[in-house]
Amino acid sequence: MTLMKEPDLGTPAVAGEATVTVEIDGMPMTVPPGTSVMRAAAMTGIDIPKLCATDSLDAFGSCRLCLVEIDGRKGTPASCTTPVADGMKVRTQTPRVEKLRQGVMELYISDHPLDCLTCSANGDCELQDMSGVVGLRQVRYGYEGENHLDLLTDSSNPYFDFDASKCIACSRCVRACGEIQGTFALTIEGRGFESKVSAGGVDFMDSECVSCGACVQACPTATLQEKSVVELGMPTRSVVTTCAYCGVGCSFKAEMRGDQLVRMVPYKDGGANEGHSCVKGRFAFGYATHPDRELEPMIRESITDEWQVVDWDTAIEHTARKLLEVQAQHGPGSIGGITSSRTTNEEVYVVQKMVRAAFGNNNVDTCARVCHSPTGYGLKQTFGTSAGTQDFKSVAEADVIVVIGANPTDAHPVFASRMKKRIREGAKLIVLDPRTIDLVRSPHIQAQHHLRLQPGTNVAVVNAFAHVVVTEGLVDQDFVDARCEGFEEWAEFIARPENSPEATEAISGVPADELRAAARLYATGGNAAIYYGLGVTEHSQGSTMVMGMANLAMATGNIGRDGVGVNPLRGQNNVQGSCDMGSFPHELSGYRHVSDEAVREVFETLWGRPILPEPGLRIPNMFDAAIDGTFRALFVQGEDIAQSDPNTKHVTAALAAMDLVVVQDLFINETAKFAHVFLPGTSFLEKDGTFTNAERRINRVRPVMAPKTGMHEWEIPCRIAQAMGYEMSYDNPSEIMDEIAAVTPTFAGVSFEKLDKLGSVQWPCNDAAPTGTPIMHVDGFVRGKGAFVPTTFVPTDERSTRKYPLILTTGRILSQYNVGAQTRRTANVAWHPEDVLEIHPHDAEVRGIENGDMVSLASRVGETSLKAVISDRMPVGVVYTTFHHPVTGANVVTTENSDWATNCPEYKVTAVQVGLRTPAGPAQDVARQDIPMAVD
Amino acid sequence: MTHAVNPQVRLANEIAVQFHHRPTDEAAAAIAQHIKLFWDPRMKADLLRRAETEAASLDPLVLRAVTHLRP
Ligand code: SF4
Ligand code: SF4
Ligand code: SF4
Ligand code: FES
Repeated sequence: MTLMKEPDLGTPAVAGEATVTVEIDGMPMTVPPGTSVMRAAAMTGIDIPKLCATDSLDAFGSCRLCLVEIDGRKGTPASCTTPVADGMKVRTQTPRVEKLRQGVMELYISDHPLDCLTCSANGDCELQDMSGVVGLRQVRYGYEGENHLDLLTDSSNPYFDFDASKCIACSRCVRACGEIQGTFALTIEGRGFESKVSAGGVDFMDSECVSCGACVQACPTATLQEKSVVELGMPTRSVVTTCAYCGVGCSFKAEMRGDQLVRMVPYKDGGANEGHSCVKGRFAFGYATHPDRELEPMIRESITDEWQVVDWDTAIEHTARKLLEVQAQHGPGSIGGITSSRTTNEEVYVVQKMVRAAFGNNNVDTCARVCHSPTGYGLKQTFGTSAGTQDFKSVAEADVIVVIGANPTDAHPVFASRMKKRIREGAKLIVLDPRTIDLVRSPHIQAQHHLRLQPGTNVAVVNAFAHVVVTEGLVDQDFVDARCEGFEEWAEFIARPENSPEATEAISGVPADELRAAARLYATGGNAAIYYGLGVTEHSQGSTMVMGMANLAMATGNIGRDGVGVNPLRGQNNVQGSCDMGSFPHELSGYRHVSDEAVREVFETLWGRPILPEPGLRIPNMFDAAIDGTFRALFVQGEDIAQSDPNTKHVTAALAAMDLVVVQDLFINETAKFAHVFLPGTSFLEKDGTFTNAERRINRVRPVMAPKTGMHEWEIPCRIAQAMGYEMSYDNPSEIMDEIAAVTPTFAGVSFEKLDKLGSVQWPCNDAAPTGTPIMHVDGFVRGKGAFVPTTFVPTDERSTRKYPLILTTGRILSQYNVGAQTRRTANVAWHPEDVLEIHPHDAEVRGIENGDMVSLASRVGETSLKAVISDRMPVGVVYTTFHHPVTGANVVTTENSDWATNCPEYKVTAVQVGLRTPAGPAQDVARQDIPMAVD
Repeated sequence: MTHAVNPQVRLANEIAVQFHHRPTDEAAAAIAQHIKLFWDPRMKADLLRRAETEAASLDPLVLRAVTHLRP
């Protein structure tokens, strides 16, 4: 593929039917009302010169380059800001407009350094292009006059430069930061000749900028330019692929020079992101080629031995032999595997197939166990399938947005930008969170209600919401009667006095009148949509809470159309996919229980091996069984369980007790310290397959280079299975997808060919929905009728005590990802050099703690130390940290408590004590440290 | 550190608490059904054993549920 330049039609598309016909240079074109003349012209194939317009931003009309003549109108209107009118006749090339355009260009160029040949944007500069287009031949004004050529370059951002001398003050960057990203970090300072772009602070790093790259993308010149382009030169080809960080699943063009990745540019046709990105996907790809990456297989007899590098054949043979030995000695159920939410659907599918067919048991689980397994359980019980109900676009139709236990601006930034846009347009916002997350108050956004509940009281609060709906007559009875079952019993339960806001206030700390107001707004404010994150799932009642939200949505009829729904925001890129692919121990692909004989038969026929009808071990059960001695060998695909799972001591004790631990990963991680076999994995730049994002969208991941390890990751489980005596092979990953489609009804219509043709599809994709299903449960629920399930609030066992008087809750921040193995190996550390403990001023003061002090953090299971940051984002009595850095090991203190239904760990509530360790001293600097800003 | 309480006992008791508000028979059946759907056979076997040997450590609802789980 050569470098792909996407068409730019100048102004955004306008929704609606094409009813207005205009004539442009004699060519007719029919477009929706409100479309600009510029866009209509571009649609006929006529590109009107432009500089300040681009189709990702509203028209601005400042550069005056796009002037046209319109029959019957005076003057030369700007085509970007002039809407079409029926019968309009437009002339885009007349001597008059040509002369005017040349004059405009002449002024621009007279204040622009003419170093085009050595400029980093040479070949990718709209100013350069436009000079050619308008036929500029002379510049009469010399450089002697006042100009901006001596302005300095701001290189403070690790990923892009701002070379002010090249700025043409078109304000595209300013508008991109506001309209697209919603951060409003940039302004144009001054007027006329004095106007210049400013990031507010001293420089970009000192400003509100979150480094999303939207301004760099929008800049028509080399003023805002990726450092990698300055260093390496313009890329020469692009490959469309998918970000491997979070569950938003943004599409990117990986722009290459030879086999070197120069930059990642968000792809306009990407269904999830439509041309936007965040700092991780846009810039933090350096880990993929980091020197720390292991590229060769290694083995060792004991975890105290040195690693011994071996070839692939030896590693595979050794692994298979050891697995068989353990089984021979301890039984078929003594081994198992863990799949990763970071790998492709195809890679996950082959691991679970290896476990079920070659290992001959159901001991396969996914790391999604520790984040979104309650989503699977809760939505399956109520709606019938384990997935969010909407596409991301749907938020543009929401009138009331409820964000529960999620922090989209940090954890799902590109979706957050869509959400913020809708809120700026007037949608109301309700936030349920102990912390004051950024969304509560940010530029042009103010939550109508921020319900600061105590950690661990979600269910009490959602029940109180539903109580208000039921007892104040706000139920959508038509919807309930037609679409749901179990309503009477549920309504009787929820109307009980113990579920009233007045009763739950004492438990949750949420004032009853505020809760009532929020519940009324949700029920009566128009389309109401719930978005939630790990602050919902990672609790002892995580599954109950998911059902509670589903009940609420059904009772108010907020399901089955645009702008409503119940939507999990998934953490890692392929959480949805890894769950879909049958990597839960009780479910085959497509969420079908192993006890279902008809389903087992499909697999048994194709695989030629029996499938056990009883569930296998879940991850926490594997650890318990390892300590018990009945589970002795584990294959771990791309997941650092020793760092990411709770109660680290328990996990490491379990790993140390095993006879064989096989780790497949990019880096020697904490888990690999307990491994006997290390199999190097591939980065997303080498993968060929699919990821499924939080809106069920299946996106292609395309390789831009050959595997650096010499082996595709999907081949590894196949080879191990073969070496264990089970025939399992594919020529390429599209054959794996074909098999997934053959055995999974919701994927029946999916193939690489279709994905390449359509870009992406959202499952279910089958004969009934050949191009996929953006919104679910439109005419009926997947399970038939939506089921109301009573959700009694049961307080967690984890309560503050005299010894551990504070509650710790954990989360993540924008610039880092999960345990940080990738982001810590990029310049993103500029924003988050270490994990810190956020503590309320009152709690700090009574302990004699000051900003920047080293403090100890202890729970009943362990202790760690980290730096304190004093912040009133937290309520009194609650402290907060992230888990991106292994030295802190926040999970040393989290406990074995878990969701009752799924054993998803209770990361969000741990009773702790905090004490002063070493005072910071006056010189300590915590200023540049991001205050961690997430619950999710 | 390992857990003081046997994991199967702890997990079963945690499930039972969620069903305390339901009528006893219904609750016991629901708990048994949950365990059938989500527990590995060795965990079930261990729970059945412990219902014999350390009944006192188990929630009475779990003991009722166990009767549904016996082969
Ligand atoms: S990188 Fe993003 S946040 Fe920063 S100034 Fe540019 S558009 Fe704004
Ligand atoms: S930095 Fe780029 S986008 Fe921003 S005003 Fe200058 S030229 Fe336009
Ligand atoms: S929002 Fe998520 S998927 Fe999109 S670029 Fe950022 S990390 Fe990648
Ligand atoms: S492109 Fe229309 S005024 Fe700049």
